[in-house]
Order: sequence, then structure tokens, then C-alpha cells
Amino acid sequence: MVRLAAIPALRWGPWLTAAGVVALVIWSYHGTRVDVATLLSGEALGQIAAYVSKLFPPDLSPRTLRDALDGAVETFAISLIGSVLSVCVAFPLALTATRTILYRGILYEGQRLGPGDRAVRLAVYAVAKSVLAVLRTVPEIVWALIFVFIVGLGPFPGVLALGVHTGGVLGKLFGDVLEDVDPRPLEALQSTGASRLGIVLYGILPQALPQFASYALYRWEVNIRAAAIMGFVGAGGLGQRIHFAISLFHEQQLLTLILAVYLMVTLVDALSAWLRARLV
Amino acid sequence: MYELADVRKVFDDGSVALDGVSLTVGRGEHVAFIGPSGAGKTTLFRILNLTLRPTGGTLRLDGIDVATLSGPALRRARMRIGTIYQQHNLVGRLRVVHNVLAGNLGRWSTLTALGSLVRPREAGQAARALAQVGMPEKLHARTDELSGGQQQRVAIARVLIQAPDIILADEPVSSVDPTLAVSLVILLRDISSESRKTLLMNLHSVDLALTYFPRIVGIRDGRVQFDLAPDKVTAELLEELFAGHADEEREVAALRAGMSPFGRACRPLPGFDR
Amino acid sequence: MAGPVGRYPDSTGRRAFRYLLIAAVAVTFVLSLRTAQVDPRLLLDPQALSNVARFVSGALPPRVDREFLAFLVRPIAETVQISVMGMVLAVLIGAPLGLLATSSLTWRGILHERATRAGRVLGGLLPYGLARALLSVFRSIPEYVWAFMFVRAVGLGPFPGVLALGVAYGGMLGKVYSEILEGVNPRPLEALHAAGAGKSGVVLYGLVPEALPHVVSYTLYRWECAIRASAIMGFVGAGGLGQQIELSMRMFQFDEVLTLLAVLLALVGAVDFVSGRVRAKVVG
Repeated sequence: MVRLAAIPALRWGPWLTAAGVVALVIWSYHGTRVDVATLLSGEALGQIAAYVSKLFPPDLSPRTLRDALDGAVETFAISLIGSVLSVCVAFPLALTATRTILYRGILYEGQRLGPGDRAVRLAVYAVAKSVLAVLRTVPEIVWALIFVFIVGLGPFPGVLALGVHTGGVLGKLFGDVLEDVDPRPLEALQSTGASRLGIVLYGILPQALPQFASYALYRWEVNIRAAAIMGFVGAGGLGQRIHFAISLFHEQQLLTLILAVYLMVTLVDALSAWLRARLV
Repeated sequence: MYELADVRKVFDDGSVALDGVSLTVGRGEHVAFIGPSGAGKTTLFRILNLTLRPTGGTLRLDGIDVATLSGPALRRARMRIGTIYQQHNLVGRLRVVHNVLAGNLGRWSTLTALGSLVRPREAGQAARALAQVGMPEKLHARTDELSGGQQQRVAIARVLIQAPDIILADEPVSSVDPTLAVSLVILLRDISSESRKTLLMNLHSVDLALTYFPRIVGIRDGRVQFDLAPDKVTAELLEELFAGHADEEREVAALRAGMSPFGRACRPLPGFDR
Repeated sequence: MAGPVGRYPDSTGRRAFRYLLIAAVAVTFVLSLRTAQVDPRLLLDPQALSNVARFVSGALPPRVDREFLAFLVRPIAETVQISVMGMVLAVLIGAPLGLLATSSLTWRGILHERATRAGRVLGGLLPYGLARALLSVFRSIPEYVWAFMFVRAVGLGPFPGVLALGVAYGGMLGKVYSEILEGVNPRPLEALHAAGAGKSGVVLYGLVPEALPHVVSYTLYRWECAIRASAIMGFVGAGGLGQQIELSMRMFQFDEVLTLLAVLLALVGAVDFVSGRVRAKVVG
């Protein structure tokens, strides 16, 4: 009997994947009760249109504008300090989560580590990687809830939440950069008799730091969006004001605040892109 | 200085890079290593500069078996050996001054090294080293803005700062254009003779080796084929050394015919002038 | 340009600018510290520490009884479903807009050398500009803002979550698609054009084969982010795990929260794994 897998024309792999994807989509379609018919019919569109008309025109009274500005400044501050904190969290974790710094690769060739030493380093590596995974998988808003519970309401828990979550994300990215560094200059440094720390300072970090800065700036763009939402759970900024506006059905104020979010996000995107360009 | 006794190196994937190399190099000697690509010359050098460990045999440095060295003792031993690579010695993003001063890393504490990155310590020392290699004005340039030949000179300046007893140069001029190559080889030779350093150089060009070195070691398939003075290196020996490697065979044939890729007609297989 | 040994030979203007920039950043940083009410001492405050203790003791051990776990199946499934349908919608929105937002397709480059100026502006620049503006609005307004607006418009449940994800991620996908398309090597395209291929020919034979692996790869990567986003959108009432996390937090059931977070971790890990395998198959 001819084994089906041996027939070259019937490659199972791609077909199986495609079938799986289609099944997934169909299952999701039913589960989310996305009713295309209703959507395209007048009803849902009518509801959306009715809601949109309640938003316009935006409330541009001095009081609302003042409030929006305060909120914007607070959100900006939260995202900035949060980003800085995240770098402080990510840096040490990334260094300990890089195998080529801890126990493998160029820095350790020509010199064996004792088994006890090696075991300790492996454990440190495992712990660092797990910590990073936890930090980045728990969503910022959940961290915000936790920190609000610990230190109370206001923008500070938002800063902590961003710092901790983004620290996890950046830590992983930084670790990837560190592992992909060009090893050839490292070998040359090693041959001068430099210590491992010396090689890290003169060989690894100069290669990695510009890329670190680029990632950190890029994450700032993500953070400004996140900073706005954390207000929902009491962590200050525009998000808090948006929550009030929704609860009190002040739709026109809501639109003003949304515009403020849009402007803030665009500003930070532009700043980040400009700074990144200057780095290269 | 160096005593190799039946040194072997087998890599993790099973490939045999060195298959029993025995050699002795005395203090102050200048030795050139030639041989086809893949012969094991680079692996040999990495063992000599203590970045790789031999899997068999012994390597003694000044009588001490290097297998016994580790930690600070290993670093001190490495400090005594300065290496120049074919390329990518230097960290491109750092300025020249830092790459040159990195020669001090074996001596400096971590704090000093860190501080020097912020404000170069002993920049005068770096300037003098650069002047010795002929490019004092590049002190603050970014290293990746220099040409290949200039970067090699920076690497040589770094070795000057390191002040080792032994200089290993692994094909230092293979990526550099021929006119510059001759001056770099002469520079390294002069630096070594002035301070009685031992100089070992891997060379791709047989011509350069025969012209500037008093002792030629031919390596093929991880073994020493011959270890002679240049006037004893016959054309037949060279043909045997490079058999099966077309490019190098052509160079040998050109040498036989009295022509040199370095633009000067050379007498066939000359002795050299010290 | 050799300065005194030890100083970098930048021109005075450039140095002044750099100091100014550093000063501006420093001032902004300090002001932000105050605005954000950053007070590290609060973390060491006895009240805060006791709250930490309350949280940790409440969270451990996590709630893993059968009843709760069985109850979680629905939210988990819902989160996955929202993310999948949201991505489908995002591609449906992002792909056409992304195509329009590619300058080399709409008004620039070799495909348009023969067109008249008016034709290029009306038929090309205008839709290009509109598409770019639309994409910018879609992706600059965070997805949960879209989410609660859609909740207001169409009611609670997973549906507004799908719409929100579709719009917000559609904006992101569209922008990245246009960047991928613009970054394609133009020379094979020129060759096709010179061989007499029309616009559609160049697109089908030149652009698409080059761009497709990157497009698929990025879309799959975005799916992983979509899972996280669907979880978050639950906070504004759009279904899924997020809604449950918020409920449990509000009722101080920290043991449930811990389980939910662990589930989220596992879910993201699984999606990451699947997405990685599929991407490897597509790109390799």
C-alpha cells in the first residue's frame, strides 16, 4: 500500500494549516455572535450613527479644555516616567537573562565553569526569564489594579504598572539584542586579557545600547496609549476623565477627551520617531 | 616561549582542525605560517592566544602548561599576548580612542574601564600609539568610519598599548590592498624587533612570508609540513603544500615565474634581508 | 580636526544643541515626576506593605476548584474568538486601506509614469491621503476607547470587542502593510513593467510574492498582541477574560485573579507558540 505521505503532490503540511485556520475562524465567528447580516443591515449601523451624532460637536468650553489639558499632561508624565522606570527594570533583568553573558559562548570558551557555579548561573537565568515572562504577560491594566490596591488611587500606580509591565517587554527585547551581538570584536577583546566585565563594557554594550534606546523609544509610543487607559481603574490621566464622562453620559466632553488622546498619541509618535532617527 | 607537543583540536561537530602539531618558538623569533585555507592556521592561533583549549597534547608558555591556567592567571597570560585579526577586531561604534585604550583592559579595574568610557584616561598614551602607526589625527573618529587598512592600524595601536611579549597576527593583511599590506607587515616587524617581542604571523601571501620572515612553517590538514628558513623552501615543497587549492597554486606558479602579486619582480625564492 | 587630546572635536553649534536637548529632557523629566505624583516612599508605607500582604495571602493558593475552572471555559473561548474575528476584520479593513496608502501604488513610481498630472492627483494622491488619514485615526485611538464606544453603540458582549479590535488593529496593519509594500525591491518591478506588464500584472507577479511572507508574518505576530488586547477590552465590558478579571478584583477575590492571570499567561504562551510555528513555515 502506498503511504500517502510519500506522494509528493499531496503535501499535508500547508493544507492542514489552512484547514485549521479556516476551522478556527468559523468557530470564532459563531462564538462572538458576529452577525454580519445585522451589522450590514440598517439596525447596527443606525445605532452606531445615532451614537456618533451624540458626540458632535465636541465640547470646547474653557473648563473642558482645561480639564483635557491637565489630563493630557498627566498622561504624558505617566508614560514618560513609566518608560524610564521600565528601562531601569529591564536592564539588569536582561543582562541576567542572556545566556551568552551568564554561562555560554565567547566569554566562557577557554575556561570551564565548575558544576556548582554553572548550576547557580543556570538557575539565575531561569529565574530572570520567568520574571520577565510574568511581568510582560500580565496586562498593564491588571498591574494598575494591583498597584491601585497597594498604594491607592492617582497617577503613581499607573507609573508603577507601566514600569513593571514594559520592563518585562523591554527585558525580553534587550535580551535578544544582547544574544545577537557580533562576537568577533569580543574575541579580540578577550585576547587582550580583559575580564568578562571589561568585555561586556567595551564590546557588548557599545553594540547593544543604540538598539536598546531605539526599542525603549518605540515602546514609549505604546505606553502613551496604555497610560490613557489606566485611568479607567483610577490611575489618573485622561483615562480617568474619560471614565467620568462615560458614566455621566457627557458625550460631547467625551469627544473632546478622545481628541486629546489622539493628539497626545500623535505627538509622542512623532517625538519618538524623531529621537530614533537622531540615534542612528 | 612556546612549546607545542602533539597538540590536537577536535571541534564539537567532529571536525579535526589540528592533528598533532609539535613546534617550539623562542623569545624574539619572527615566524610566518603559510598554508591553504582550512589548514588549521587560524585554529592554531586561537590556541596560541589562549582563547581555545586544545583537546589533546600540551601547550606550554614559558614552561607552564596552559591547561592549568584559569581565572586571573589565564587573564594575565592573555595579557602577555597581543592578537591582530584579519578583520572585525574593533568595536565599530566606539571611537578610535576607546578601541585603542582597550589594550589596557587587562590591567584596569572595571571602575577605571567604565570611567574611561566616559572620559578617556591616558588619552596621551593613545595619541602616541596612533602616531606610531601613522594616524594621530583619527583619535576621536568613529571606528566604523575608517577604511579597512586604517582599522588594522588602530588594532596595531591597541596592541602597542597592551605591550605584550608576543604578537600573533592572523592574516592581518588579507583584507587590505597590496601596497598597504607590505607597509603593515613591515610595521609589525619593526615594532616586534624594537622591543624584542616574539612575532607569529599567519599569511595568505607566500611572497610576503618568504620576503620578510626568517622562519617559515607550512601547515596543511592540521599538521606541520615543514619548518624551514626561506631559502630552503623549494617550489616543490610549496606545490605539495597547496596541492588541490587552485588559487594558491596559481600564486605559487607565478612566484616560480619570478613575478609577484605585490608588484615587484622577485628573485625566485630569495633569502631575505634582516 | 584635532582638538586638544581628550575633547571631542564637535562644532560649538552641535555641542550647544546637544546640551540644550539634554537640559530639555531633564527638565521635562523632573516636571513629570511631580505631575505623576511619584513618591517611592509610598511603597514602603506600612499601609502599602499591609496591602501587599493582604494581596499575596489572598491570592495564594489560587482558586483551582472544578466549578471555577469549568466556569472559565467560556471566557477563555470568548477571548480567543474575539481575537480571531478581530484579526479577520482588521485584515479586511487594513488590507485595502494599506494598498491605497502605498504611494508607489497610487501615484508615484514606475506604475504612474505615463499618467497625467490631474489623473495622478485625483485618482492617486487624493485616495492616498484619505487612506493615510483614516489609518492614522484608527490606530491612534486606543482599542479600548473604540471598545467602549462600540459598547455604547451596539451593546455589551463580544461583538463590540471584535469591532474595536478590527478598527484599531486594522489601522496598525494597514500602516505596516503599506510600509512593507513600499519597501519592496523596485528592480524586479521595473523589469516586469519594461516587459509590458500592466499595473495588475506588476502587482500580482512582483509585489505580492515579495511582500506576502512579511505580511503574513507580521499579521500572525499581531495576533499574539490581539489576545492580550481582547483580555484588556473585557474591562470595558467587551467580554472575555478581562471582564472576569475586573469582577474578581472588584470583589477582592485575589485567588481567582491569580488563576485568571495564570490562564492568561498560558493562553498567550500557546498563541505565541502556534503563531511562531506557522510563521516559520510561511517564511522558511
